[in-house]
Parts: sequence; structure tokens; C-alpha cells
Amino acid sequence: MSNAEGKLFIEPERYEFSAAPFHQFELARRDFFKILGAGIAVFAIAKDALAAQETAPGPRAFHNEELPKDISAWLHVGEDGSVTGFTGKAEIGQNIRTALAQTIADELHVPFESVRMVTADTALTPFDAGTFGSRTTPTITPQLRRVAAAARDLLVEAAAKEWNVAPAGLVAADAKVTDPASGRSLKYAELARGKTLAQNLPAEDPITPATQWTIAGKAIPKVDARAFVTGKHQYTTDLRPAGLLYGRVLHPPSFGATLTSCDDSAAKAMSGVVIVRDGDFVGVAAPSAHVAQRALDAIHAQWKEVPQISSKEIFSYLKQNAAAKSEDRFRKQKGSVEEGFAGAAHRLDATYTVAYIAHAPLEPRAAVAQWADGKLTVWTGTQRPFANRDELAEVFHLPESSVRVIVPDTGSAYGGKHTSDAALEAARLARAAGRPVKVVWTREEEFTWAYFRPAGVIEVKSGIASDGALTAWEFHNYHSGMSGSETPYDVANQRTEYHQVPLILRSGSYRGLAATANHFARETHMDALANTAKMDPLEFRMKNLSNARMLAVLEAAAKSFGWPRKKTQEGQGFGIACGDEKGSYVATCAEIAVDKTSRAVRVVRLVEAFECGAIVNPDGLRNQVVGAMIQGLGGALFEAVEFENGHIKNPHFASYRVPRFRDVPEIETILLDRKDIPSAGAGETPIMAVAPAIGNAIFDATGVRLNNLPMVPNGLRSA
Amino acid sequence: MAKPIELEINGKRYPVNYPADTPLLYVLRDELGLTGSKYGCGEGQCGACTVLIGGMPRRSCQIPVSAAATKPITTIEGLEKDGRLNPVQQAFLDAGAFQCAYCTSGMIMSSVGLLQTNPNPSQAEIVQFLQGNVCRCGTHPRVIEAVRQAAKTMQEHGR
Repeated sequence: MSNAEGKLFIEPERYEFSAAPFHQFELARRDFFKILGAGIAVFAIAKDALAAQETAPGPRAFHNEELPKDISAWLHVGEDGSVTGFTGKAEIGQNIRTALAQTIADELHVPFESVRMVTADTALTPFDAGTFGSRTTPTITPQLRRVAAAARDLLVEAAAKEWNVAPAGLVAADAKVTDPASGRSLKYAELARGKTLAQNLPAEDPITPATQWTIAGKAIPKVDARAFVTGKHQYTTDLRPAGLLYGRVLHPPSFGATLTSCDDSAAKAMSGVVIVRDGDFVGVAAPSAHVAQRALDAIHAQWKEVPQISSKEIFSYLKQNAAAKSEDRFRKQKGSVEEGFAGAAHRLDATYTVAYIAHAPLEPRAAVAQWADGKLTVWTGTQRPFANRDELAEVFHLPESSVRVIVPDTGSAYGGKHTSDAALEAARLARAAGRPVKVVWTREEEFTWAYFRPAGVIEVKSGIASDGALTAWEFHNYHSGMSGSETPYDVANQRTEYHQVPLILRSGSYRGLAATANHFARETHMDALANTAKMDPLEFRMKNLSNARMLAVLEAAAKSFGWPRKKTQEGQGFGIACGDEKGSYVATCAEIAVDKTSRAVRVVRLVEAFECGAIVNPDGLRNQVVGAMIQGLGGALFEAVEFENGHIKNPHFASYRVPRFRDVPEIETILLDRKDIPSAGAGETPIMAVAPAIGNAIFDATGVRLNNLPMVPNGLRSA
Repeated sequence: MAKPIELEINGKRYPVNYPADTPLLYVLRDELGLTGSKYGCGEGQCGACTVLIGGMPRRSCQIPVSAAATKPITTIEGLEKDGRLNPVQQAFLDAGAFQCAYCTSGMIMSSVGLLQTNPNPSQAEIVQFLQGNVCRCGTHPRVIEAVRQAAKTMQEHGR
């Protein structure tokens, strides 16, 4: 969103830079059967909030979001018995290709191996706002379950018609329909043969409860796993259509820099090199990536740069440049914090900060663009294929139907691949070159021109009674965002406010959005309050909590960790933290060790309990939880983007430190399977309690309270 | 005109037309279509491009193709023999030691290199050896588990 001066702000709960327009599903049903062959198809009509995959639940929903009102998922049973499920979500390493196929197999009663997922292809899959917000599991899973149940009903009806019996007595199992009365059976493949049956999803089709799942809920290995260990899987960066050229684009040396002059004569003289100049856009396409790099290096450009804020002064800048008055929707209030403070036995106020950090997905932003007969096809690793399509259509003045965006299973994203940058660049170059063009961002470009998780300042004011009960809680986030800012603790008097500040660096979504920053501040503060109250940190939290799911993860983590533990050596410390977000709950315990001489902090052990309702695939879930914990270590301990006058100072893995093998502690995860609760997503929440648990352990070891992320980029120097 | 470079990759000989100073990674991926080796940084910092040169794990993004011509090269595509996975590949598969899997080729090639010189590495030795391989999905514990399992399998079956 923008204010009157047109400055860009971070949306507090938005996962993309601009609002998604309203979409309609375009593929006609007759085309559908043309593509997939005859069979039985069921379409889910998204008509309620549950089906609107792009929203977060309840008060955390996106505002002004128009929900798609057409088909949101579908499924096809082919004449050979193969089952194909369709979703606009993308596989980015979070294992949805496997988990969604499990869900369909489970509900349709077919072998897992017979189900195939088609994902994130704007020509083949239903509209989807994007793969973010931990929404695939809570929204797409139940939808696919419902279409699978409806397809099963269709198959039963087809069998009933064949045998001229009532459908009620027939049984669907093992990919066939059986009539127990006569012992006859027909395979799904036989029932689908010669048919082009399509049906919209009946309104209230019952689905199988988690307690009766047979294929979902199991640790089924990743689909296509063999292709990944043999190097056969083709990521966007690996695609090589015939006639391919390799593209590079001249990016400015700093944010906000404008091109003043450009001499491309040397590059133009290079054999086979195509130069594209279009306003500020300067790009090259060449027969090899190496030649493309040489051509780019041969272009001499002059830029006008603008002085701007540096990372050293960012936090005072954020405080000073916050909007004078925040909008109503950014303020939450209960009771009177003033009364709460007046009645407090102890007051504690503190300020926390979080640095900009980078996603650094190992596969950089990349796209392959191909034009044919005025139509554009782009393969790109994005979390938002439909938004990419719309942007391409707009930029190249094409109808949406002339642009197809396909997302090959992608080399991760973590919230960092929402934009269309590489797609636009590849498409622009390909149009000029008249041949397909691949653009793969360099690591330096990735660290500079991708967007960041925004920095922020968080102020907390609090009061407790003499028995440790919270009496007042006031929480202000400047710039980084609103996610996870509301306290889960029981406090009658509370105020939570988000203060917007215009963007400094290009910023956007990151695994968990601002929930990581807000949990760091809250859970560090709770630990400090426990210390003030002279209470055990776990006991203090439990005293102020009544949410049973939160208490359950806290108890599970504490039990596995052995909380409370006695220190057995110098420099040892233990910490705990918890949180909830997007319908799932997490508690993390940390053990750290501070080296006596170097003051380096080593995380020795992390124990995390996580609960996200009914577990769809425990193996995939464990991978996501452990992955989030390790990723969280980086932001907790040492990751920070350094910048000065719009220049990123550490745009390499050598200078921007990410967690590596030596940083990884002993890790234990406890997954609580709540079959009575609908499945929630798990990509984000498991990252949130890692930083505060570690910080609280550092305090336990040293008495030093670290309120800034990253906490120890250079060890505990001053302690 | 200089004599064209010839590479021996996975037991096959390939003539190379790209210039001699082209990093091996680009020749593998762009000229020869062996895209299993990945570009992650181009700076020798992430390990996604790791191949074996003369049996030693090397960052192919840092080696000019001319310098790679003297020794046999093994890439991820060359590990599978007659439809049977290398024990390291099999162990990664069994351990589910990947999420997005973009780092997996490099992890496997580094691990194969490690086990060739140290068939029974300790956990600390595995960690030390794989320090240069970045996994952003945080699958490190399973990678370590996979390498240990592969070492065990190779010892049991005489490699």
C-alpha cells in the first residue's frame, strides 16, 4: 500500500507487494478432457473463507482481499485408473506434492502410487494467490479431500448404473467398486472408460476423519525422490529448450540509482550477443552464460546514486520516521494498560531490534521465457505463478490467456520468491532475441535485488503483580510487521500497535513474516519478567497461560528437555520460549555453552515440541520443523544484511553467514498429533521460538540480556 | 587454433567448444547438458556444484575447464551404475535427506569424496568435511545420518 506521497510500506499481514486482482478460471471443461483424456472429473467450487487459500484466519485475514469465486481445486480419474490432482500451489521443498497426493489417495481409496499432482501451472491449475502463509495444508488438503470423496461417489454411481442396483450398498476400496451382495466388482479404470463425466463438488460431502486415515498420516517418502538424488530433476535453472540464449541484466550498483549513460559498443561487437536497451533496462542475451557475463562486464554504465540510510543508523531512523498515527486496523486493545501499570508491583520496559535478513534460497531467482505466435510461456521458480502471469500480461500488453507461467519444483523460497523479476527480465530479452532466454540471478544479485525480511524496532512495556501475574502489556512494532504481535498470555490490560515506516530496502515476506521478530521480543521480555518475579521461566509462563494447546507444547518440550535442569559446567545455560501462529503451536528449549576464553556462543541442543492439528505426513513435517529450527539459528545468532547508501555490503555467502554443519546442534522434535483438530500448515511457526529460547539460555548462562537480532554475530564480546 | 579441449566425464569423452577459461560448471551444465551439478553461488562458497576430479571433490564453478581436462571427472549423473544407485545416493534416499534438494547433488558428491578417503568418518569429520556445503532448508542432521549409513553399507558390502 502507499500513503499520500506514494511511499511504499510493508503491509502488516500481506505476503506480496501488491494486491492480487480478481481472477476467473479460464480453462474450459471440454479443453480439460482434451488435455487429460476421457474419465471422471470433479471440480471444487471455492465459495467460503475456508476455500480461499490466500487468507489467514480470523482477525489476521488480509483486508480488501477479493476471494476467488470459481473453481479452486480439481481432480481427474483417467481411463487407465490414473488419478491426477490439480492445485495452483507450488512445490518449493515443503513436500506438498507428496502430502496432497496422500490426501487424495486416502479419500479416493486408491494406491498412493496411482496419484499424480499437477501444480502451479497457470494453464492447467486453478487460480491461486500464492504458496505462502502456511495455507496449503489447511485449505487445499480439505478441498482435495472433498473432490476425492465426490469422485468416489461418482464412481460408485457409475457402477450402480452398470449393475442396475442402488448405490448405497456398494463399497469403494482398493481402486475398485464392489457389490458385496453379488461379489461383482469394477475397477475405477473400467468405470472411467469412455466417460467424460464432470461434476461440481456437492455442497456438503462428508470427508474421512483423521482417525480413519490409512494413507494420509503416514511417513510416505517424497515423491520423485530418486530424481533428486540422481540429479535428474529439472529445476528452472536446468531447463534448456532448443535455441536457448543466456540472459543477464544490468542492475544498478545501489538502491534508487538511475542510469545516466551507457556505452554498450564493446558488448555489441561480441559474436552472438544480443543487447536490449529499453529505458533503464539494459540486458544481454548470449549463446552461453559465460559469454553473457563477459558481455555484461563489457558494458560501461554511469549511475546517479542517492545518499540514504545505512544499517548502522537504521533503528533510530525507524523510530523517528514512523507514521504519526497508526491506522485503526493496526491497533488492538483490551482493558486499560494505564490501570494495569498502576496496579503493578513491578514494571519492566525494554526495546528490541531485528536486522534485515536475506532468504538466500540456494536456487537463485531464475526464469526461462519463450515466445511463440505472440504467446509467452515462462518457467520460473516463484511462489506466485498467477501474479507473475498477471504482471507479465500487463507489462507486455497481452491478455492473460496469452501468458502461461509454469513453476518447476523449485530450489526453495522461504517467502522470498513472490515477485516476477527474473520472469520479466527473461521475457523482455526473449522477445528482443526472438529465441528462448534463461535468466539466472547471480548470488550477488540474489543478495542485493531480491527483497529482505524487514528490520524492526519493538518496544514492550509491562507490569506484573507480586505473584507474577501479568497486569499490563503494551507492545509496539515499528516497521517489521504485525504477524504474531498479539500476546497469547492472559492479560486483562493490553495494547498492541503496529507502526508503519516507509520502506528503506526492498522488503517483503519471509518464513513467518514478523512473527519471528515479535516472538523474539515477547518471549525475551517474558523471560526478563520471570527473572524480575524471581520465578522459573516455565512456571512463570504457565501461570500466565490458559490456552491448552500452548500448555501442551510447553509441557512436551520441557519434559523432553528435562526442564528445569541443573548446570553441570561453567558457561552452560538453558532457555525456553513458546508461541502460536497460523493455527499451530510451538515451544522450544535451548541449551547453550559460552566458551570461557573466546566468549563464542555455541548452541548445544534444541528441543522443540510442535502441534499443527492432525499430521498429514510425519516425516515431511519433521523435515520442515527441523529445517525451520536450523534456519532460525541463523537469524538468531549471526545473520544480518549490512548496507550503506543503498549498497549491500555483504552480498556473498562468504560475508553473509548462513547456518552450516558446524552450527547445527543436537536437535530433538516432538510432534503432537491432534487427530481431533483440522491440519494446519507447518512451514512457518516452528521457526518462531528458536531465537528467544537461545537468547534466554544465554541470559541463564551469563546474566547478559541480548535484545537485538542477530544476538552474537561476533560472539559475546562485551560480556 | 588451439587444440580443442576434451573431458572425460563419467567414463565418456566429450569434446568442449567453450573457451578454455570457462568454469567447468558452465561447460557441464550449458554445453554438455549435465545439469545435475548446480549453480548456487559461482564463488566456491556453497558446494552445490561439487564434482569429483580425479576422485577428489572440487567446486566446478571455480575450475577453468582447461584445468579439468587432465583427470577423469565424475558428476552426480555418473554415480548410478546399471540402474543401481551409489550407496551414498541410496542412503540420502532412505534418510529423506533433502527438502528442496537443490543442494543434494553437491552434498552427495562431497560425501562420496569423503568416503573414498575416509571410509569410516566420525560425526565430527563429516561435519568438518561438509562445512562448505550449504543447505538452506536445514536438513543437515539427515545428511549426516545418510553419510554414516552409506559408510556402514559400503563397509558391509566391501564398497
